[in-house]
Amino acid sequence: MATKNIHVRTMLELNAEGKKAEYLFWVGSAGSYDDRAKKITRAFVKILESCNIDYAVLGQEETDSGDSAKRAGNEFLFQMQAMQNIEIMNSYEVKKIITCDPHDFNTIKNEYPELGGNYEILHHTQFINNLILQGKLKINDKVFSGNNITYHDPCYLGRGNGEYNAPRNVLKTLNCNIVEMERNKSRALCCGAGGAQMFKEAEKGNMEVFELRTIDALAVNPNIIATSCPFCMTMLTDGVKLKNKENEIRVLDIAEIIAESLGI
Amino acid sequence: MYKQIAFIIITIITLSIFLYSVSIIYKNIKLLKKAYPIKDHIKRLKMLLEIGIGQNKIMRFPLIGFLHALVFWGFLVILIGSLEMLIDGFLGTEKILAFLGTIYNILMALGDISAYVIGILIIVFLFRRFFLHIKRFSGIEMNHKNHVDASFALSLILLLMVSLALMNISYLKSSDEIVGQYPISKLVANVFSSSKQNMHVLYEISWWTHILLIFFFANYLPYSKHFHVFMSLPNVYLSRLTPYTQMTNMEAVTKEVKIMLDPNLAYANTNSNEPLEIARFGMKDIEDGTWKMYLDSLTCTQCGRCTSVCPANQTGKLLSPRKIVKNFRERITEKSKGLRKDAKFDDGKSLFKDYISAEELWACTTCNACVQECPVNIDHPSIILEMRRYIFMEESAAPSLLNSMSTNIENNGAPWQYPPSDRLKWAENLTININD
Repeated sequence: MATKNIHVRTMLELNAEGKKAEYLFWVGSAGSYDDRAKKITRAFVKILESCNIDYAVLGQEETDSGDSAKRAGNEFLFQMQAMQNIEIMNSYEVKKIITCDPHDFNTIKNEYPELGGNYEILHHTQFINNLILQGKLKINDKVFSGNNITYHDPCYLGRGNGEYNAPRNVLKTLNCNIVEMERNKSRALCCGAGGAQMFKEAEKGNMEVFELRTIDALAVNPNIIATSCPFCMTMLTDGVKLKNKENEIRVLDIAEIIAESLGI
Repeated sequence: MYKQIAFIIITIITLSIFLYSVSIIYKNIKLLKKAYPIKDHIKRLKMLLEIGIGQNKIMRFPLIGFLHALVFWGFLVILIGSLEMLIDGFLGTEKILAFLGTIYNILMALGDISAYVIGILIIVFLFRRFFLHIKRFSGIEMNHKNHVDASFALSLILLLMVSLALMNISYLKSSDEIVGQYPISKLVANVFSSSKQNMHVLYEISWWTHILLIFFFANYLPYSKHFHVFMSLPNVYLSRLTPYTQMTNMEAVTKEVKIMLDPNLAYANTNSNEPLEIARFGMKDIEDGTWKMYLDSLTCTQCGRCTSVCPANQTGKLLSPRKIVKNFRERITEKSKGLRKDAKFDDGKSLFKDYISAEELWACTTCNACVQECPVNIDHPSIILEMRRYIFMEESAAPSLLNSMSTNIENNGAPWQYPPSDRLKWAENLTININD
């Protein structure tokens, strides 16, 4: 098996060559800096490359979407961030965006338009699902065959924006057993990280939210907990460690599962 | 004739009291901020049919939800009978809608069945409330008064149904010519063996009891959590159509941010009469809130579905979404009297701190499980987030880690302390396996 180096191109580079990309891959702050989330970013880029998708990133021209600042109550900072991002995206005439982050997905999709940023944005689970449906992504159903996979719905993708099926449809192609937690889809319990909780200590209580959600997941005996959000990833990984199950259960993003199944 | 005059006088008194209550609500709405324009009436109508009439959100708790739906649908049918009683009372007629023929028979039959079904269900609900330990009926925000209010409202409905059933039974036993169908009362009537005259007296008594109970109920509701009987349908119709996790963008902030990013704008706009100053960022007290928050608070019947699914509440945190909504109504009830007289009225208290603590507000994960579960589309996080805005932007009193996060975003464009130059580091040494 041969390997090939991937050079991820930026919009700036393409622009210098007088070119444009069809898709902007919005990496987001978590996907750019969080060590665990960076693996998701890399896995997704491999999928984009293997399907020859015409994409580019903003690189250093990308700045935080402002989602967490907004939910912490700092509307000034949110709008500053949003307007900077919108200005740069509009300058590159960005039309279509893909992102692995449901929080940025929600913010760009719902909160940017009023501020002048109108784009067609897809969450990576939707994009991967489309690739499969269009026959552009040939799934290898051997690698995960027979695995028990439970899928945790990120609030900002599921309840927030109504996308419950795309991630499940992707998993269904893998010949694995999808075991649903008792609370799933619109009833799914939050991982505990949304609304800027990711960046603060939890308030006083008798348990952390991520522990309760991990208990939900462990109850259905999965060997993989799948999710599609960098924050959920952090919380559930912590939860699995807390319950000393990290040797038996892997917490993986849908993009990582697909990349791994393809052996790319 | 005397009956008619008495009825008209009582109705006018009842209506006057009710209109007074409604006028207070209207004046209170005027004290509040705008929320969003009400457009897309087709979508709203669809929502009203599905969530309101169809009761599909309450049925997310299938058994008890279905029982509630039965009560609601029965109530709608009985409402037609009540309207008829109102007209009869005014005009001194009897069963004026009888000209509807078969439709009338069906309506009366359904109403009769509903009276018994609702009556029995209310007894079940009361039993449940008193003897089964339903977790969501309790909570830090639920006090003795709230439990009395709930039981009193249920008891009133039970009395309404009993009087309606008695009315039907005695009507069947005292009338020579029976109009309409009353299937269950017909069965029950067999048990009664009283003279026609006595039965006529019973009919008059139950007719008056029923209509007076309705009048009392209507005027009790605006001061009860059971006001949801009136508010639910309008509240669903007027609820937010945007995705649950979409937050509003503050217009006042947009103006300022645009000026910050392009200082020329500040001079360009000096001629406009628009005031750039706004009273306050976010919500400290009710007058910073919107009419929708008020409507939500009037609609809440304290069922506790929101709190029962709240991740913060389930893990022992102080936050209870039901409390947030309940507090809004309590505070506006307390403060609006002064505010209606003087827009600058200040009693030294506020919704934030005196009713809702920072600890509660910071426990919310904005997961929107509460909104998803609310059978009448109450939007709890909008209140929480508006108050966080106040804490952050006016009091600069956010948790210190959130301040650090903000500083990091301001300085490096990321919530962590990494330089912007590292943003593309994830792409270094990235390789892909090629299957040949």
